[in-house]
Amino acid sequence: MNWLIGAVLFLILAPIAGGLIAGIDRKITARMQGRVGPPLLQPFYDVGKLFEKERAVVTTAQNFYVLAYLIFIALSGALFFAGGDLLLIVFAFTLAHVFLVLGAYAVHSPYSHIGAERELIQVMAYEPMIILAAVGFYMVSGSFYVTEIAATTVPAILYLPGVFLGFAVILTIKLRKSPFDISTSHHAHQEIVKGITTEFSGSTLAQVEIAHWYENVFLLGFVFLFFAWNPVIGVVAVAITYLAEIFVDNVTARARWQAALKSGWLATLLGIANLAILSYMMLGGA
Amino acid sequence: MSTMAFLKRSPWILHYDASSCNGCDIEVLACLTPLYDVERFGIINTGNPKHADILMITGGINELNRAVVRNLYEQMPEPKVVVAIGICAATGGIFRECYNIAGGVDKVIPVDVYVPGCAARPEMIIDGVVAALSILEEKRAKMTGAAQIKDDARHAAGEST
Repeated sequence: MNWLIGAVLFLILAPIAGGLIAGIDRKITARMQGRVGPPLLQPFYDVGKLFEKERAVVTTAQNFYVLAYLIFIALSGALFFAGGDLLLIVFAFTLAHVFLVLGAYAVHSPYSHIGAERELIQVMAYEPMIILAAVGFYMVSGSFYVTEIAATTVPAILYLPGVFLGFAVILTIKLRKSPFDISTSHHAHQEIVKGITTEFSGSTLAQVEIAHWYENVFLLGFVFLFFAWNPVIGVVAVAITYLAEIFVDNVTARARWQAALKSGWLATLLGIANLAILSYMMLGGA
Repeated sequence: MSTMAFLKRSPWILHYDASSCNGCDIEVLACLTPLYDVERFGIINTGNPKHADILMITGGINELNRAVVRNLYEQMPEPKVVVAIGICAATGGIFRECYNIAGGVDKVIPVDVYVPGCAARPEMIIDGVVAALSILEEKRAKMTGAAQIKDDARHAAGEST
């Protein structure tokens, strides 16, 4: 029964938490730039506004793809908080992004297509690292199930420091933050207009935004797993990780897509080295 | 229908330089700097007409960008407002006699707010945007009202058949 409660709580509370995190993020970003910044609830105003706008749709197919994106992101997060199989969660998560890319390709717009291409490059950059992180958790806890990983008394972070650092790098890609903000270009809106979201407007764009809130909460939950043996340290570590991401967002310029890809794979190498040493030590210990 | 007006709290702006001398453009960008920080009011400068609620145009319309301005305007989803910034955007300004200038922005698309000045000051621009917000809200109310009437008519027609 616990798994159902976890999933339902995630589906209901994650958009609220995700929106608040986005609001805090914007406020801290503004303070870092010496500005006052928008109200804390600004992300909710934005999404509410988008639902008030006219439904201007280029092709109806894009609505289907974006809805599928939202559903699969919510599903992967719900599976995670239900304590499900980490591999299944990762694959559902990837499938969600495939739908987003298809949605952007459904429209004949060069900006949307460039954004979709860059999104695919981002998926290539972060995907190996996410799977490695799942493998790392398996090596430490002996299970791919989130319930069992979260219940281990072993501090995973001490066994997987390289995997954690690698995950922190791809977290920058996933949170759509500089220097790897190449597919939506939040901060460079003149460059490729709005990249992958260029052709989505009104309620369709609002769905992309809500999916992003779900996604952020899910990813922060993933970070928590590294520290799950002590929930207090876990929550503090998640907060510090997110603050560090905001800091990196504000002090770096956007990289080219080649650099994003290389960084993602370098992070993966770090993870592989970590796992290689870990397995060597485990063999030696046994 | 929705009575909560989020639109006023989250106006996203599209800025287009028709044929401005850059004086007004710089003042528009000044509004986004830490000194004026219009993000306090939820205002974001988006480069995408499909995400924008307010179209801010600087400079007069010339023969080459006539189609561009119309295209940008038509790509913006309703409700939307247009703010003409600076005297050139209002009437063509000192360039109005030029062979290639058609005149102010209202020669091509309907303008809701005129912000005077050469160049328009950031305070004036923010004032203009605030004035535009109440017009935006009016348009939204009218839009949802029209949708409501259409809906009621459809229901009435459905019941009679």
